[in-house]
This record gives sequence, structure tokens and C-alpha cells, in this order.
Amino acid sequence: MTSAAPMIRLRGIRKSYGSHEVLKGIDLDVDQGRIVSIIGPSGSGKSTLLRSVNMLEEISHGEIWLDGVQVNSALTGRAFETHINRIRQQMGMVFQQFNLFPHLTALENVSIAPMKLKGKSKAEAEALARTLLEKVGLADKGGAYPARLSGGQKQRVAIARALAMQPKAMLFDEATSALDPELVDEVNLVMKQLAAEQMTMIIVTHEMRFAAEVSDHVLFMDGGVVVEQGPPEQVLKAPTQERTRGFLRKHLAQ
Amino acid sequence: MLDFSVLPPYADLLATGALWTVLITVLAGALSVVLGVLLALVTLYGPKLISLPLRGIAFLFMGTPLLLQLYLLYYGLAQLGVLLPAFWTGVMGLGVHYAVYNADIFRSAIQSVDEGQMEAARSLGFGRTAALRHFIIPQATLTALPQVGNNSIILLKDTAVLSVLGVAELVLNAQRGISATYRPFEFYFAVAVLYYLLNLAMEWALGRAARKAEAIR
Ligand SMILES: Nc1ncnc2c1ncn2[C@@H]1O[C@H](COP(=O)(O)OP(=O)(O)O)[C@@H](O)[C@H]1O
Ligand SMILES: [Mg+2]
Repeated sequence: MTSAAPMIRLRGIRKSYGSHEVLKGIDLDVDQGRIVSIIGPSGSGKSTLLRSVNMLEEISHGEIWLDGVQVNSALTGRAFETHINRIRQQMGMVFQQFNLFPHLTALENVSIAPMKLKGKSKAEAEALARTLLEKVGLADKGGAYPARLSGGQKQRVAIARALAMQPKAMLFDEATSALDPELVDEVNLVMKQLAAEQMTMIIVTHEMRFAAEVSDHVLFMDGGVVVEQGPPEQVLKAPTQERTRGFLRKHLAQ
Repeated sequence: MLDFSVLPPYADLLATGALWTVLITVLAGALSVVLGVLLALVTLYGPKLISLPLRGIAFLFMGTPLLLQLYLLYYGLAQLGVLLPAFWTGVMGLGVHYAVYNADIFRSAIQSVDEGQMEAARSLGFGRTAALRHFIIPQATLTALPQVGNNSIILLKDTAVLSVLGVAELVLNAQRGISATYRPFEFYFAVAVLYYLLNLAMEWALGRAARKAEAIR
């Protein structure tokens, strides 16, 4: 809405599963075109935080804003459903396990959301899908079912699928963790391309080198809190917190 | 002695019977699939107030003979003043009977669809119902296909039961031929062969569909 407000704003995000509090009050601002990486040990709450942004997880406390609109609005019932569906159309999400629709071809995976949700004609939606598949380097794979694609190809289709809704921001949850090492680069390349195009992104990743390369800002999480945050040169190269150092040592030792 | 030359004059009768058998199978089969999906959705997502009684009724359908259900529908309702044509009674009875079995298959097929599918759909902005319709149910249908297909083959054979209501399907028409010729063996044998051929055709079609479904996995 206003260019002054951050694209994504999180305030005091808390989330509990029963008595287990997995997010203990998290604040984050991501300005338009900025890229924030979230790192941290397994179980620290990275996915939960990312999934809170588009409310795939319901938070217990706090506020979530997208481009000046409160995501976790006070609406209820049908009104809330309509609201959250509209919000989610403006945020793309990419999952570790791709979650492509196996009964649809790559082209259909990408074209179905603009067709069903934005009322685009089949021809329009397919033209858009073709452009996006070309963008992620899969112009020749439109007719292929996901089962016929490699992991890296699947993830690139998944990115194209999310982009097809022309989102204001993209959320990546360990997009390359399920990939064979030799397929990681092709996905990272697409993400870098998006970064160059000023896409606003939150990236949960375990790849420190990639985080260092693309991020404007890095968050190190542990035990449901942000232990340390700042520019990548600081958090990844000269961390001030012992927990961050310990984590990086373990990670770089591998 | 056996004499199959009694059959050709009745070829039309048998062919008409076969046609009705196919028609009943298609209509009742379609009903059993559509109703089966609906029942599965209601038991999975509907309010308990509706889903629990429905499951109770489902057990009644599974626990009693199809023949009895058809008698109840046809003669029972007639006694109460509700007169349904035998053909539609049969289609409804068979359709509902197999819908109950198909519902169980669809229910577990829907549950077996990976949670990530619903999440991906929701993350794109699809509502729950739209996600079910575009992503979950189509995939569940592919999973359910072999078992639902088997049920449809059993349904095809069960259409013979409708002969007791006077529906002119294969068996009843064979009986008409028999009463004219006193040749039960030839007629029943011919009918058996016809059922077998229909079965083969169905298995062939299902096999094709299953191979298509398999290509997607
Ligand atoms: N559905 C759930 N029910 C209960 N606990 C959960 C659930 N999802 C995640 N958790 C717990 O929340 C914590 C954070 O999980 P997660 O956000 O997935 O961590 P990360 O992505 O950093 O590995 C973990 O302790 C995990 O066990
Ligand atoms: Mg995670």
C-alpha cells in the first residue's frame, strides 16, 4: 500500500504446540526487494515462522502484515477465509518436498492457479506458464508429469507455479534440502535470478554460502528466538553470539 | 443333446438384454462413484450430526443382502404408495449399495493424499473446497481406481439380480427364451459367455485407465 511500510512485518510472533512454545516472540521487517535468510539448527522454529507468514500455521500471539494489510486479521468464518485466500495469492511459497500436483503436467501445475483463482483464460494462463517455465529453464518440459522430472526440475516448476500468481513476496522453506547435491545449483540460480529482479524473499536455508551470497539480512534462530541478526558479513563471518558461532562451526565442518 | 442352433432366433432378445445390462451397469456404476465420493467427503469433513448416522446406515447396507434391499425398495415402497419403475429401483438400489463400498475406498484414498498437496494448494490461495475439488479428489480417484473398478465388475454381475424385479436384462431375457424353447443349458451358457465378454471389456478399459494413472505416479 505505502512504499514506506515494509513488505512483510512480523511483530511479537508466538506459537505453541500445546505447552511447547516453539516461537517465543519474533519481530521481523522485510522491505520490498529485500532478501532475508533464516538459519538455525533443526527444530529451532524456522519452518514454523515461515509458515506463520502466510498462516499455514496459526500463531498464538502477534501480528503479521503484508504490504500494509494485516494478514492475521480479526475477521472470522467465511470473511476470514476470503481474506486469507486473497493474501495467500500475493505470497508464493516453495516447499522442501516440492509438493507439485502429480496428476497435472508441469504446464498445468503452473497455469492452474491463475486460471482458477484469477479468472484468466486457459490460453492466457498457459502463455504465462510457458513464459515462467522458460524463465526457470524448463521450456521443453511443459508436457511432462512431475514423476518424469528430476528433483531440481520439480523444484523449478514449483517456483514457476508460485510466480504464476505474480506474488509480492516469496517464501522458501529449505528449497534445496531434498535435492541431490548436483541439482542444488540449478535451483539456487533461479532464486538468485529472482533476487536480481528485486523479489522480496524470506529464505529458510541450511546453505550458508548461498545465504551469504544472496541475503541482505540474516536471522539466526535457536529454540524459538532470534539469537542474532544482521547483514550476512556480520552474522555469518563475524558472529557475536556464542550459539551462532557454535552452529556455524558445526555447519562449516561438514 | 445340446443344440445351440436354438439360439440364433433369439439373438435379438439376448442382445437387448445385454444392452440393458450395460445400461444398468453404467448408470448404477456412475451413481455409485458420485454418491461414493459424496459419502466419503461427508464422513471425512461433514458435521458429526450427519456423518455418524450416515455411517450407521452404511453398515446396514453392507450387512444385508442386496436382494433384500431391492425387495424393500420395490415392494416395500409400493406398499407405502411409492411406486417406482423396476428399472430405476434397480439402478438406485445397486448404485446406493455399491456407493457404500466405494465410499470406504474413496475415504481412505482421500486420506492417503499427501498433506503437502493441500498445503501447496492453500499456499497458492485456493480455498479448502476448491483444493479438494481440483487436487485432492482427482488424486484420490486415481488411487481408488483399481478397487472401485473391481467393485464395478462385481456390480456388473449383480445386475442379474434385477431380473427378479422384472427388469429385462440378460438373465430375464434368457428366461424368456427358455420358456419358449425349454433349453435352459444353451441359454444360460450363452448368457454366461456374454457376461464374461462384458467383463473382459470392462477389465480392458480399467486396465487402460490404471496404466494411465500409473504413468503419473
Ligand atoms: N505439528 C506440530 N506439532 C507439534 N510440534 C511441532 C509441530 N510442527 C513442529 N513442531 C515442533 O516445533 C519445533 C520447531 O519446528 P520447525 O519449525 O519445523 O523447526 P525447523 O524448521 O527450524 O527445523 C520443533 O520442536 C518441532 O518438533
Ligand atoms: Mg524446517
